[in-house]
Amino acid sequence: MEKKVFERPVIKKLSAGMPAKFGLQVRHEPVTQIDGVPIKTLMEEYGSPLFVYSEKKIRQTYKEACRAFSSRYPNVLFAWSYKTNYLNAVCNVFHQEGAWAEVVSGFEYQKALVNGVSGDQIIFNGPDKSKEELELAVQNRSLIHIDHFDELYDLIEIGENSNIKPKVAIRVNMDTGIYPAWDRFGFNYENGEAWDALHRIMHADNLELLGLHTHIGTYIMGTEPYKIAASKLAELAIGLSSKFDHQLQYIDIGGGFASKNTLKGVYYPGTDTAPSFEDYADAITSVLIKANFRHNKLPLLILETGRALIDDAGYLAGTVIATKRLANGQRATILDAGVNLLFTSFWYDHDIRPAKPMSDQTEETAFFGPLCMNIDVIRKNMMYPLLKKGDPYVIQRVGAYNNTQWLQFITLRPNVVMIDEKGETHLIRKKETLQTLNKMESVPDHLKI
Amino acid sequence: MKLKKNLAISETGFVFDPSTGDSYTLNTTGLEIIQMLREGKNPEIITRKMTKTYDVDANTFERYYYDFIGMLKQMQLVAPDEE
Amino acid sequence: MKNNKLTIAISGLNNVDSPGPGIPVIRGIRESKLFESRIIGLAYENLEPGPYMHEFVDKTYKVPYPSEGVEQVMERIEYIHELESVDVIIPNFDSEIYAFIRLADRLNRMGIRTFLPTLKQFEERHKSNLPQFGKTHGVKVPQSVAVTSFEEIEDLKRDEKIGFPLMVKGKFYDAYKAQNLEQAFIYFNRISARWGLPVVIQEFIKGTEVNVVALGDGNGQTIGAVPMRKQYITDKGKAWGGITLDEPSMLDFARHLISSTKWRGGIELELIRTPDNELYMIEINPRLPAWVYLAVAAGQNLPEAMVLLATGNDVLPFTDYEIGKMFIRYSFDMICDLSEFEKLSTLGEL
Ligand SMILES: Cc1ncc(COP(=O)(O)O)c(C=O)c1O
Repeated sequence: MEKKVFERPVIKKLSAGMPAKFGLQVRHEPVTQIDGVPIKTLMEEYGSPLFVYSEKKIRQTYKEACRAFSSRYPNVLFAWSYKTNYLNAVCNVFHQEGAWAEVVSGFEYQKALVNGVSGDQIIFNGPDKSKEELELAVQNRSLIHIDHFDELYDLIEIGENSNIKPKVAIRVNMDTGIYPAWDRFGFNYENGEAWDALHRIMHADNLELLGLHTHIGTYIMGTEPYKIAASKLAELAIGLSSKFDHQLQYIDIGGGFASKNTLKGVYYPGTDTAPSFEDYADAITSVLIKANFRHNKLPLLILETGRALIDDAGYLAGTVIATKRLANGQRATILDAGVNLLFTSFWYDHDIRPAKPMSDQTEETAFFGPLCMNIDVIRKNMMYPLLKKGDPYVIQRVGAYNNTQWLQFITLRPNVVMIDEKGETHLIRKKETLQTLNKMESVPDHLKI
Repeated sequence: MKLKKNLAISETGFVFDPSTGDSYTLNTTGLEIIQMLREGKNPEIITRKMTKTYDVDANTFERYYYDFIGMLKQMQLVAPDEE
Repeated sequence: MKNNKLTIAISGLNNVDSPGPGIPVIRGIRESKLFESRIIGLAYENLEPGPYMHEFVDKTYKVPYPSEGVEQVMERIEYIHELESVDVIIPNFDSEIYAFIRLADRLNRMGIRTFLPTLKQFEERHKSNLPQFGKTHGVKVPQSVAVTSFEEIEDLKRDEKIGFPLMVKGKFYDAYKAQNLEQAFIYFNRISARWGLPVVIQEFIKGTEVNVVALGDGNGQTIGAVPMRKQYITDKGKAWGGITLDEPSMLDFARHLISSTKWRGGIELELIRTPDNELYMIEINPRLPAWVYLAVAAGQNLPEAMVLLATGNDVLPFTDYEIGKMFIRYSFDMICDLSEFEKLSTLGEL
């Protein structure tokens, strides 16, 4: 007889709540496990605080995004935005799923190579590419997205001295109706600069112009800006086709999809407001499909989605250090993870959950991190169950930008683990020790004591 | 380990503790375990039965089992003299 | 239309001392002589009274909060629709209304009708947008500023933008009158903890609060409107008794606003009448309020009209209502079986 799938036994107390006025949930439901692994066990084994990634969730989200686009458009490709999260294990999950790499520095470029990404599947973006880095990228036949004229001339020069034609695209910035418009990267659409750059490239025989790129911003809450961006890029591509009879191979629409985190000071939680992949896909692909590409030949659509693909898969588990009363009587809860680990708390109201069942009793509390610094505030004020010293907590949706922007400041950075699809836990980044840091330093002899 | 005597446990996985007025829900495996506990089965028998029906080995099951018992204790659903 | 039986799914069944509009809306629908109805309750919590009120709610399904994800809500509705073949959904919580406005097209494709404001209408009436809203639509509104820190309130006072007393309001709910900075500080903290930021600081307008419930057809026409004054207000700021008024200026106000915004759906206007008889609008709620049954009793069955509009029927505007009709709210201990609580909480259906 086939055995049934085992689910961990659970008992849950039924709370007799009432929806808050306006239909918002008031309870902070505890999150006691991640993919079946109890948070308690994780912290016993790997310490507190601890970053935890769910491989299952990454793959699931990636597949969802892929499906949304490929069900509407014949030719779609995702390139993993390294800066969003360049833990190698995380990158490799995306690469296994079929994503290319999108990098914005020589360091990230090297990381992608070491991860085993083939050079011709790396997109090299950003304003900072040294001549040597460009030469390497040309040798590797990577896609180089040109940010400014200085870089363009560097590439023309490299092309002249090499037997390989640099494969290039330009980054275009534009007004898509969002404020502020990111106009410091790439060439501007509205003032004709982008068209000038394309001209220059078309007249250089030793560059191979393959595509157009834009990245209109991050955490874009609407789909309209994407329609505008897609139609402006399509227009440039069609312009090239009619003027130079040159067919571009791809259009890269960048990243920027909102994750389900809640921005500070907005009306509704991100879970309610973030458009779905379907919404974004619908907006972008419908514009491209309707555009008048020559012979109806649709270019490859590249996406560099970052936060929306990884935010949900990352958790930060930790322990309450202490609770205290502030001078004005307000309760404060001090967590062992602060803005040093959770850079995103500067713009998100993070979803902090107790990691064990709590009673329905709540009080107002602020959440502070462990740093001896006034800026170390995770949440200023929220109604929350009564936590005490030693209680475990979990912050959800921390997968994007935290493990790349975290600071080694005042204290050391903790372990990072990944739970695989079978529920096994793997250490994917060891916590720092004093040695890790001291190894890089040296004290001149006369300063030794 | 014995369950509190007067607990009302239904087929749907609903548990009512008449002495406190609290109610609880169980998932399927939780319900099966509770029913066996109620019948006075010991952990060995429970483990044997569960590992036979479900795709889980004894060690893994035990880990979850004691975690579950811990929850029952925390919720005070266990007969007091047994703690 | 007659002999037609409509299946209508309705939320806001928290018929407690500060009730949601669900049950009052259902009462109106139940009284329709134009169609019969099967009422499907949509409940979030096990103790909402509505699911147990079998004379009003035929069957209840638990649904996930919109904040758990719009797709989860949609999945649940698809499940319910398969079993019940829902004709119309009437969401009654503000946060749901936002989600359902965004789902309206998908629901429509499934054959489920809604009658909701547009996203633009819904967004432009947020408390923090009131000054702009007043300008656009030519109505008087109190000065309102959305703040994200207490220091901004101090600045408002110093720059004499808004003086004391002032109102401290949550973005969704809650309002307190603060006489001085100390009180404002306490309320700012209380509200931001409960509802998050921003907190809205509003000029205090002296006068009498009066309300209008109305229904707009989406083309600028007012299908019905009934003005009311709360006669008794609980310590929670809820009407415990109210009376319909003979007040053409309030009706004009409502008609003007609905025509200027082309409002679609139910709406509640919270107005202050100042001692020199001017009307200030302090809030717009984008749905029918819990006291809507007073309008039904006074001769304007707005919930019924809303269902008719949702299902594509022409509805003639109401021209009249009974003046001096009163409501007195009361609470009542309904006796229920544990088995029903069990069903709702374990199976999610009752
Ligand atoms: C060029 C480029 N592509 C992709 C991304 C990823 O953006 P997001 O995380 O908003 O999807 C970024 C981030 O800033 C970027 O600069």
